Amino acid sequence: MRELTYWQALQEALREALQRDPLVFLLGEDIGEYGGAFGVTRGLLAEFGAERIRCTPISEATIAGAAIGAAVTGMRPVVEIMFMDFLTLTMDQLANHAAKFRYMYGPQARVPLVLRTPAGGGRSYGATHSQSLEAWFLHVPGIKVVAPATPADAKGLLAAAILDDNPVLVVEHKLLYATTGMVPDGEVLVPIGRAAVRRPGSDVTLVAYSYYAGVALQAAEQLAAEGIDAEVIDLRTLVPMDTGAVIESVRKTGRLVCIEEGTRSGGVGAEIAARVSELAYEYLDGPIRRVAAADVPIPFSPPLEQLDLPQLADIVDTARQLCRG
Amino acid sequence: MTAVPAFTPSTAEARRVLYQLVLCRGFEERVLKLVTDGSIRGTTHPYVGQEAVAVGACLVLRPQDWVISTHRGHGHLLAKGGDPNRLMAELFGKATGYGGGKGGTQHMADFAIGHLGSNGITGGGIPIGTGAALSAKLRGSGQVVVIFFGDGAANQGTFHESLNLAGLWRLPAVYVCENNLYAMSTPHREACAIEHIADRAAAYGMPGMQADGMDVQAVAAATRVAVERARAGRGPTLLECKTYRFLGHSKSDQRVYRSREEEASWRERDPIARWRALMLEHGWAGAADLDAITREALAAVDAAVEFARQSPFPAPEALTEGVFATPGESCAN
Ligand SMILES: Cc1ncc(C[n+]2csc(CCOP(=O)(O)OP(=O)(O)O)c2C)c(N)n1
Repeated sequence: MRELTYWQALQEALREALQRDPLVFLLGEDIGEYGGAFGVTRGLLAEFGAERIRCTPISEATIAGAAIGAAVTGMRPVVEIMFMDFLTLTMDQLANHAAKFRYMYGPQARVPLVLRTPAGGGRSYGATHSQSLEAWFLHVPGIKVVAPATPADAKGLLAAAILDDNPVLVVEHKLLYATTGMVPDGEVLVPIGRAAVRRPGSDVTLVAYSYYAGVALQAAEQLAAEGIDAEVIDLRTLVPMDTGAVIESVRKTGRLVCIEEGTRSGGVGAEIAARVSELAYEYLDGPIRRVAAADVPIPFSPPLEQLDLPQLADIVDTARQLCRG
Repeated sequence: MTAVPAFTPSTAEARRVLYQLVLCRGFEERVLKLVTDGSIRGTTHPYVGQEAVAVGACLVLRPQDWVISTHRGHGHLLAKGGDPNRLMAELFGKATGYGGGKGGTQHMADFAIGHLGSNGITGGGIPIGTGAALSAKLRGSGQVVVIFFGDGAANQGTFHESLNLAGLWRLPAVYVCENNLYAMSTPHREACAIEHIADRAAAYGMPGMQADGMDVQAVAAATRVAVERARAGRGPTLLECKTYRFLGHSKSDQRVYRSREEEASWRERDPIARWRALMLEHGWAGAADLDAITREALAAVDAAVEFARQSPFPAPEALTEGVFATPGESCAN
């Protein structure tokens, strides 16, 4: 165990995979000397060479498609898409091809493809460089989605994604890259599909993932000072989703707040709320509440952006209202 | 223009070519009937008229080389050595089909014979084939990838991105454009700023070639040049085969966008009639032989229909199975 940043932890997973398996290679724009838009791949070109740290032209559709072609013919590509917003350009390849190969072509088809991408706002990058689009992938069966919140999970989930025989989208968060945490040495695997209870509690369940798992923990601290004991669940994986962990928690607390950075309508929180009301309605002591971004494009102006994105105070207020009526 | 040495098949190859041409044609004609009588649901995009392209191109490939196909893909699968029974069963939606009935006409693959899949998205397979070529290069496997697509697909962004990438990285890919003059109802001249798609090769650092897509020998000769180039590590080629689909885009197409005279003029260049004449001319087979080969191929179609009819539909459990690969699952690669 030592303290690493989130980006270092991701890099460690990449390095260990590149060392372990000659079939693993990286593909993406500016991932060589430049080190990728957020520095995750810096140094890897010198270590592994241009065959394996493969810089591409700006061609997102073909980067994603080429990774599928390489994956089904025996390689294990790890793609970096510079901003999650640019997944729009890869959507045909991901939704129509990567997600469907195994189902349509049968067991002969495996798509061991990893696609890493930075999501999220908070830096005034504007409407085309700040989105959290992960909810889209809940609607396309066939792609797994992980969204690590801590450096240890970043390493462990990325390592697990690279070993997985399916397409896995790894949602990283721009505000997390510089955060630090203890990370185990050597190979660590965080199983895909399992949530973590970050803080046990008995009054209300806060469900979050990625950057907002940390914000939810802060909210729980504030709530504790007011005498409200919040349980914080970090989903870690959105597809397949650990619904059981959420239900388990709601069973104890009777109250649920779903927290996410993406826009509210059709979001991850909507899906969690639907599942809990279908499967565990009898445990609920009040309505399920959502904290999410407004249904607007993300504005540039810093105060407007802050107004749009969920804030710590929004989570605290929502949970408090739910508990105090 | 790249010089193209003539392609002369062995007698055995010549016979196989005839068998495959008739198999592809007979298969499609039968499928049309089966769609019309309701035995096969959905739609179908017949390959009738274009058989020389798939058969000619696959003739010069090794079994381990890859092809990737399109929505008009039955011919590509058969020419690469696919099993007509499993193909027909897939069209019937049966459990014995290539994808257990879950893919259908536009979505089937046979990795064991080097077929990476047909495709319901115009231009969708071009990057995937490009990635397979990257994989062949990275693994040093010596495999070549033939990527089939239409003139319509050549206007998709994926075409341009993929050829740029393949040219840049000198990938062992052969981009085979089947220019049949139409994308559904849209004439090539109304969709593309230049007449010859092959001319686009210059923009991507690779040679462009053209071949008569109604002539197996011409397609095989040109593909052979491109494949040898790819195999020698000298990079990709864009090969445009001028061809024609004799029938409508899909089953329901009334072909209002083109004249019967135009159709008749292309029918005169029928690749099967041409190949039969060639075989007789070179003494590769006698007339009785040709008829026997033809009967044999059509019998395979009959057998495929029978196989498909007798096969069971998928079990209800199949609906939710196989969304994800599971660890330890058997697979071809
Ligand atoms: C992305 C996309 N756009 C449109 C279609 C509908 N469509 C199916 S085939 C086709 C024409 C394709 O033309 P071409 O690539 O020349 O192939 P051809 O049909 O002539 O063999 C169209 C428009 C589609 N399947 N996918």
